[in-house]
Amino acid sequence: MGFLTSFFAVWFYIATLILIGGVAYKIYTYATTPSPLKIPTMPAPLNSTGVALRLGTEVGLFASLFRSNKWIWLFGIIFHVALLLVILRHIRYFIDPVWTWVVLIQPFGKYAGFAMVVGLLGLLARRIIVERIRYISQPSDYLILILLLIIGASGLMTTFLAHTDVVQFKAFTLGLLTFNWQPLPIDRTLLVHLTAVNLLMMIFPFSKLIHAIGIFFSPTRNQVDNSREKRHLAPWAKAQFESTHPSPSPQTTN
Amino acid sequence: MASNVEFKIPALRPYPEIPALQPDAMQSKGPFVAKPVMQTPLGFPGELVENWQEKAIEKMGELLKKYRSLQVYLDSCVKCGACTDKCHYFIGTQDPKNMPVARQDLLRQVYRRYMTLSGKVVPKWVGAKDLTREVLDDWYNYYHQCSQCRRCSVFCPYGIDTAEISMAAREIMDCIGLGQKYCNEIIGKVYKIGNNLGLPEPALADTLNGLEEDVKLDTGVDVKFPLDQEGVEVLLVTPSADFFAEPHIDGLIGYAKVFHQAGISWTLSSYASEAGNFGMFIGSYDNMRRISQRIRKAALDLKVKRIVFGECGHAWRVAYSFLNTLAGPFDFLDPKYPVPQHICEFTYDLIQRKALRLDKTANDQRRVTFHDSCNVARASRMGTIPGGQFIIPRAVIKASCNHYYDMPADTIHDQTFCCGGGGGLLTDDLIELRIKGALPRMEALKYVIDHHGVTHMAAICAICKSQFTKVLPYYGFEMDKIVSVHQLVSNAIVL
Repeated sequence: MGFLTSFFAVWFYIATLILIGGVAYKIYTYATTPSPLKIPTMPAPLNSTGVALRLGTEVGLFASLFRSNKWIWLFGIIFHVALLLVILRHIRYFIDPVWTWVVLIQPFGKYAGFAMVVGLLGLLARRIIVERIRYISQPSDYLILILLLIIGASGLMTTFLAHTDVVQFKAFTLGLLTFNWQPLPIDRTLLVHLTAVNLLMMIFPFSKLIHAIGIFFSPTRNQVDNSREKRHLAPWAKAQFESTHPSPSPQTTN
Repeated sequence: MASNVEFKIPALRPYPEIPALQPDAMQSKGPFVAKPVMQTPLGFPGELVENWQEKAIEKMGELLKKYRSLQVYLDSCVKCGACTDKCHYFIGTQDPKNMPVARQDLLRQVYRRYMTLSGKVVPKWVGAKDLTREVLDDWYNYYHQCSQCRRCSVFCPYGIDTAEISMAAREIMDCIGLGQKYCNEIIGKVYKIGNNLGLPEPALADTLNGLEEDVKLDTGVDVKFPLDQEGVEVLLVTPSADFFAEPHIDGLIGYAKVFHQAGISWTLSSYASEAGNFGMFIGSYDNMRRISQRIRKAALDLKVKRIVFGECGHAWRVAYSFLNTLAGPFDFLDPKYPVPQHICEFTYDLIQRKALRLDKTANDQRRVTFHDSCNVARASRMGTIPGGQFIIPRAVIKASCNHYYDMPADTIHDQTFCCGGGGGLLTDDLIELRIKGALPRMEALKYVIDHHGVTHMAAICAICKSQFTKVLPYYGFEMDKIVSVHQLVSNAIVL
């Protein structure tokens, strides 16, 4: 077993643990932090079906972003849809035999890599060219885009330019899952690809990438508009105000 | 008037476009700071405490545990730029720190530095900064250049609401002894006297008697303006500006005429003689709750069956969205009606039932448009369907006027622009900001004046009305272009 195989195998486990643990911790934090007041951006849905629909259009179609800025929306949706296809396509490296639907999306997933890079380049260009976006950009905003571009470009290269031994690579990934390590094909492009992916997994919970989770917990988007019908008392507010000093009610004041 | 100010009034542009950045255009010391005597009644330290950095970080940590909005919004921004051109203060001032994301970043940079791994390890990479005096000064200045209108939250792909951030920032500053004079002095008046304007009960009674005489002279009808009457049907809670400011008072006369014609008994309360709740502006749950409890007590003491709110934007947000939570349950009121009701809902219901006699031709000399107040449009509702807050006030206006025209679609409904004076900024020490922040609304108004010959803009918010009265002349419009919605009803109603 070569050094690189062991190195990437261990790193992959660590990165995966950080990703899963970090995201789980964030979800726990968001889920257990109360929203003490009703603050949906109005007009808001009157029931939870409506909220599911609202969140669905936000997550699936970027509805608010569409109203906001057509260019950001265009590049954003190209990148995200392409990324989704690419990720789904990569399922094939972790299962055997490959599910039919994963086989069916394979051609789309392969070419979605190009769309992903186009979307990323568009977003990067806006970040550099548009004065307002340049002003709000920090080094990490550029670095995350560049990291994703490296992932996209190196991935495309392994498919279209410098063919990687995918059979051997799949043996490696399946070996990771069964803790029965198999040699990693030594291919520079592939190593760049894996390095970037591991880095991305590791920074995901600690960076703005967590927006993928945050959207589901955003009170302005996930709350039902029913504040006149239902009280919405947070546990801390109840403890602070209503356990020791109950609100005056007709019985106690009259 | 426009000639003796030392800053440039923005020009109305024929085709509004996104302005270029002018860094530090609005760099200043910010509004007047609250004196110790204004801080202590609200439960805040009198002046900046010695260990303010430590206390501020501690408070931020506490708020992050209490408010999911703050936690999610500080984490989730991807700096996509969608919000950067949406704030009226950015459009009017061109100061990049008035772009919603940049305003949020003032707090986010400190959050990252002290509470996130990346900010502790690689602060420069993620724009994390130590909480220095310079940063605090930026907080004070720029969090008092946000009217908490939530227009940015409409356009953010994650619904990040800068109002939540600016409320948290103001709460942190209050808790280290750096409060804003305007808001905190007013909240003190509410506690001490009962309303924002500091109008004591005898003066209020006097004003209402005067109004009865005026209406009698004007119409020959005995329209009552009852105060502290027990056992009536409705408690009306209205902004205290309605008691004497123009055009607010014409709205109050309108409410009284509506009650009179509907034959529904009502009263004002001298104890809760204020609908406004500046506790929201300073992000203080405690103060907002304390102010809200007055309304509950007034309703109980006066043994009313319903609570109706007068024309006030942020008051309606607190009333609609928070009152039940802060001061409920209101199970002692008549369950047939929502608690509380907006005066426009109340009048609209009567119009639907044909219980009001309205002669639209009485307003024929007016061509009217409607300014959706931000807190009504984006933070509350009226009626039973989403968007009722857009439909109902317009329906009330259209039932009272023959000539109605909407401003351009991207400046109304949930895309409405703030008047420029909301969120605790309606103070003369912020007049430059107020004038510049009104630019997008003034441009939309100019559009309907040019295209439809509009003569008046109606509003349902005391702050909007005061702000426009002050700001319209700087843009070359007459100050009385702004009217109350119930002023139009008042003119049209046939008693």
